[in-house]
Amino acid sequence: MTKSRKKSIWVFGDYRNYYQNRVTLQLIARAVALAKIIKAEVCALIFGHEIDEWIMEYTAHGADRILAIDDPALKSYSTERYLAIIENLAKERDPEVILIGATDFGREFAPRLAKRLKTGLSADCVGLDITQDGLLLQVAPSFGGNMLAEIVTERHRPQMATVRPGTFKEIPHDYVRKAVVERLPLMNNLPKSRVRLIEYERSVEKEHTIENASVIVCGGRGMGNKEKFKKLQELAKLLGGDVGATRPVVYAGWADHSALVGQAGKHIKPKILFSFGISGAIQHTAGLGEADFIIAINKNPQATMMKMADVAIAADASDVLNNLIKELKKRIRE
Amino acid sequence: MLNLIVCLKQVPMVTELPWDEKTGTLRRDLADGMMNPACKHALEAALQIKENFSANIMAITMGPPAAEEVLREALALGADKAIMICDKLLAGSDTYATSLVLTAAIKKECPKFDLILCGAYTTDSETAQVGPQLAEELNLPAAAYVEKLEIHGRTLRARRLVDNFRETLEMEFPALVTVSMENYRPRYAGLAGLKEAFDENEIVILNAKALGLNASSIDKKGSRTKVRNVFLRKAQKGNVLLQGTASAVVTEFLDKYQRKIGTVIGKAIEEKNLDDEK
Repeated sequence: MTKSRKKSIWVFGDYRNYYQNRVTLQLIARAVALAKIIKAEVCALIFGHEIDEWIMEYTAHGADRILAIDDPALKSYSTERYLAIIENLAKERDPEVILIGATDFGREFAPRLAKRLKTGLSADCVGLDITQDGLLLQVAPSFGGNMLAEIVTERHRPQMATVRPGTFKEIPHDYVRKAVVERLPLMNNLPKSRVRLIEYERSVEKEHTIENASVIVCGGRGMGNKEKFKKLQELAKLLGGDVGATRPVVYAGWADHSALVGQAGKHIKPKILFSFGISGAIQHTAGLGEADFIIAINKNPQATMMKMADVAIAADASDVLNNLIKELKKRIRE
Repeated sequence: MLNLIVCLKQVPMVTELPWDEKTGTLRRDLADGMMNPACKHALEAALQIKENFSANIMAITMGPPAAEEVLREALALGADKAIMICDKLLAGSDTYATSLVLTAAIKKECPKFDLILCGAYTTDSETAQVGPQLAEELNLPAAAYVEKLEIHGRTLRARRLVDNFRETLEMEFPALVTVSMENYRPRYAGLAGLKEAFDENEIVILNAKALGLNASSIDKKGSRTKVRNVFLRKAQKGNVLLQGTASAVVTEFLDKYQRKIGTVIGKAIEEKNLDDEK
C-alpha cells in the first residue's frame, strides 16, 4: 500500500430502517460535494452481516470507496464493537472528516467515537461546508433552533459531525456506477460488547404520527381549562390534523404525554401549525423548528410564540377557536 | 450500598439569550438558571433507586457560581453529597473538555461509583454528547435515552426506544445511562427541604487546580471544537398581526388564508356566496 493515500471523507453507514432513514445517502451526497472542493474521495463504512445490499446502494448513490466488514459477529448494531473497528481503521487511514447521521444510534455512538479519536464533534448539524484548505464548517442549531452556531475543529483530525436527517438531498441512484469495495476481515482482538441486547422489537407505531402530520393544532395553558382544551380536537379533525400540547398542559392532565411537542416531546414539521394560548417557552419552541406556516393566537401580542408566527392573532385563544370551528364548518366544501 | 452519581446542568430559563459576540458563547451570567429538565429526570431515577435499595447519591455540576442552585435542589430532594466544579478557566468548554473535567472530579470524589446518571440532553446546547463522552472517558458500558431502569444484584437492565426499536439492554456495574423524559417524572422539593439544603448541607467546591488541571493542560487536552460564529436563524416569517374581536379576526384570517389552508388539507374552503342563500 502506498503511503500517500488520497484524502478521504468518511460516511458511517447507518443502514437500519433503510427505507425510512435515508440520512446515510444524504451524507454521501453532501460528502461528494465537499470532496470535490478538497480533492478527496468519499468512503462509506458498512459493518454488519449480509450487507451486500448496502454496498450496492451506497455505491449507486455516490460513494467512491466502501470499507465493508461482513461477519455474523456484527449482526446487530454495537457501539463498543464499532468503536474498536473505526478506531483501528481511522488510525491506519487518517480520514479528514467523518460524518454520521443524527439518528438515535448516531447521537449515542458519535460522541464516544470522537472521544476515542481525541477529536471534536458537532451535534445534529443542519449545514456543512468546507474551505479550500479543508476546514469543515459545521452549522449546528442551538437553543431550539432559534440560533445557529458555526463550529470548527481547528487542530484535530478527523473533523466529525452528526447531521440531522433531511438536511441534504440524496443523489439519485445509478446502479452502473462502480466503487472500490474493500472487504476487510474482522479484527482479531474485537472486544466483547459489555452491553448485552436482551430483546428488541420494531416498535409498532401508528402509521400516522404527529411527527408527520401536515396540520397540527397545538394548545397551551392559555386555553383556560381542560374542557376548552379538548375543543382543539374538533379543529384538528376538521383540518385532518393532530393535536399537540405544551408541557404544563400535559402535566395538568389536559393532554397525554404522547401529544407533548417540544424539547422533551415530539419534533414536528407540519405545513400548517396553529398555536393556541402558547407563550413560546423554549422547551416548546424547540420542537417547532420545521413548521412551515405558523398561526399563533394569544391575548398577549408580545408573547414569543406570536413573534415566531406568520400570522399572529391577538385575541382570546378559546374564543378564536370556537369562532374558527364555526366559520370553517360553514366554509369547508367536502 | 450502591453509589450513584447524577450529573446535573443548569440551563438558562429565558428565551432571549444574551450572547457574547466576541467569543460566540452564551453570557450565562446574564440569564436566570434552572435545572435542565432531562437532568431532573435523571435525578428522579436515582432517587427512585435509593427508595428501593441502600444507595448514596452524589450530585455533580460544572458551571458558574450560580449553578450551585441546582445542587441545593438536588440535596433538598435527597442527594447525599454535592460537588460543584467552578473555574473561569473552564468557561466555554465543549463536551470533550467537559467530560474530561467531570471525569477528574468523579475520580477524585467518588471513584468507587456503581452507576452514573445523566440527562439525555440539555435545552441549551442540545448536543447530548457529554453523557456518552463521559462513559468513553471512564471506559464504561453505557446506554442513552433510557426510559426505565431495573437493578438485579450487580446487573443493570435498561429499557429504551431508539430509532423505532424497543430495546432491553443489560450491563454490569459500573455503568452509565442517560435518562430520557418518558418516565421518571420529577418530584418537587418542599420548602422545608430546600431551606435545610441551603442551611446545612456542605457543597464541595472544586476548581481546575484542585482537579490537577492548569491552563496549559486544559488547552492541550481540552476543547476540540470552537464556535466561530453565532447567528439568528433567518426569520422568514411574515409576522402579520391581526387584532379585534374573535369573530372579526377569524373572518379576516380566513378571507386572507383560506386558500392556503385549503391547499394543504386538500379541500376547498370558500366564503359562502350570498347569492347561493337567496
